[in-house]
Amino acid sequence: MEMCLVAAHDDGLSMNGLQNVHAQLSMALPISLKRKKFYQDVSISQGEGGLFEVSLDRRKLKTPGGKLFAVASEPLAIAVATEWDSQKDTLKFYTMHLTTLCNTAIDNPTQRNKEQIITATLKYLETDTVCYRVEEPQGLVELQKNEWDPVIQWIEKRYDVEIGSSSSIAGPTIPQKTRDTFSQHLASYGFWALTGLEFVITQLKSVVLPFALIDRHLTVEKAVLLSRLEEEYQIQRWGSVEWAHDYDCQELRSRTAAGTLFVHLCSEASTIKQKLLQG
Amino acid sequence: MASVGSPLRVCRGILKELRAQCGHKYQQSMAYRYMMEQFRKNQVTSEKLCRAQQELLHQAATYLCLLRSTRMHLALHEEYHGKGESKPEDVAKLVGLRLPQQPGGKGWEN
Repeated sequence: MEMCLVAAHDDGLSMNGLQNVHAQLSMALPISLKRKKFYQDVSISQGEGGLFEVSLDRRKLKTPGGKLFAVASEPLAIAVATEWDSQKDTLKFYTMHLTTLCNTAIDNPTQRNKEQIITATLKYLETDTVCYRVEEPQGLVELQKNEWDPVIQWIEKRYDVEIGSSSSIAGPTIPQKTRDTFSQHLASYGFWALTGLEFVITQLKSVVLPFALIDRHLTVEKAVLLSRLEEEYQIQRWGSVEWAHDYDCQELRSRTAAGTLFVHLCSEASTIKQKLLQG
Repeated sequence: MASVGSPLRVCRGILKELRAQCGHKYQQSMAYRYMMEQFRKNQVTSEKLCRAQQELLHQAATYLCLLRSTRMHLALHEEYHGKGESKPEDVAKLVGLRLPQQPGGKGWEN
């Protein structure tokens, strides 16, 4: 029985990032967006090469590309299994972020290598949210300064780079040395972790914030708040609209949390594998 | 390190979310067992600033955020976007308006 996943959004809100590339490619296959839950039990097992697989009843989970779903990290497999286990009568693929990230890493639908991903990722540095400042209203100017400056200072110190901020349309000029430093750092991640990191960067529209998040300098909630600073400012002034503001906030949090967890678990798994190989 | 809250609070939060998702049998779930094992292994030692502990705590807080925000996003989706296309009357009600009543029907109908 063919089991394919579609990670698409029913209502067509904010289409960007890997999830949507994947969704668009998956939609070439005739699959309905809503599927009934067709299994009772979810379990994991360890298979070839020590990789962990997920089974729905007795059938092994496959990716949309038809490959066997297998991950190096046991907690990641457990978390994916939990996503499947917590589905009720219909499968809500748009809530299964970890599954989607794994599928993207395994299938690599955009057929890119590490270098290409790094180049794409660093483009976001030129339009980094925390570097783009408004000139008015004064309240927002202050808020951006008080909330974003410390993170920029942190990353400049941590990576010994220069970033700065700007209120012009062109944005700040990023020195080549800064680009090279970040490029080197990104290259130290494995392909899986890099996939996750790119995802978080496209979601938060920033390179600085995901770096701070991955280095555990920020929590997910704080990183999302900083990414949405202008919205939060508007909410403070004009009030919150649940079906828009809260919705966006929770969606961004869930995606960012998934991406962050994915990066950490994939990085750990590579470290463990390396240690095992070294004996 | 970001301020994440106490390990106990994070652990409890995760268990609460798992219970909400899996129902009463959450204690048999893989996630529950893995969580409890990790937290037990990393009990607060005399070194309060143990790095591995901090890392694990941040990871646990991230997972808690994932579970919680996914649940809330789904709830909001179901409430506001899950019902398909609404009638014009319902859409007007969303912003506190009512459609006008025209007993004679609109001029261009039939």
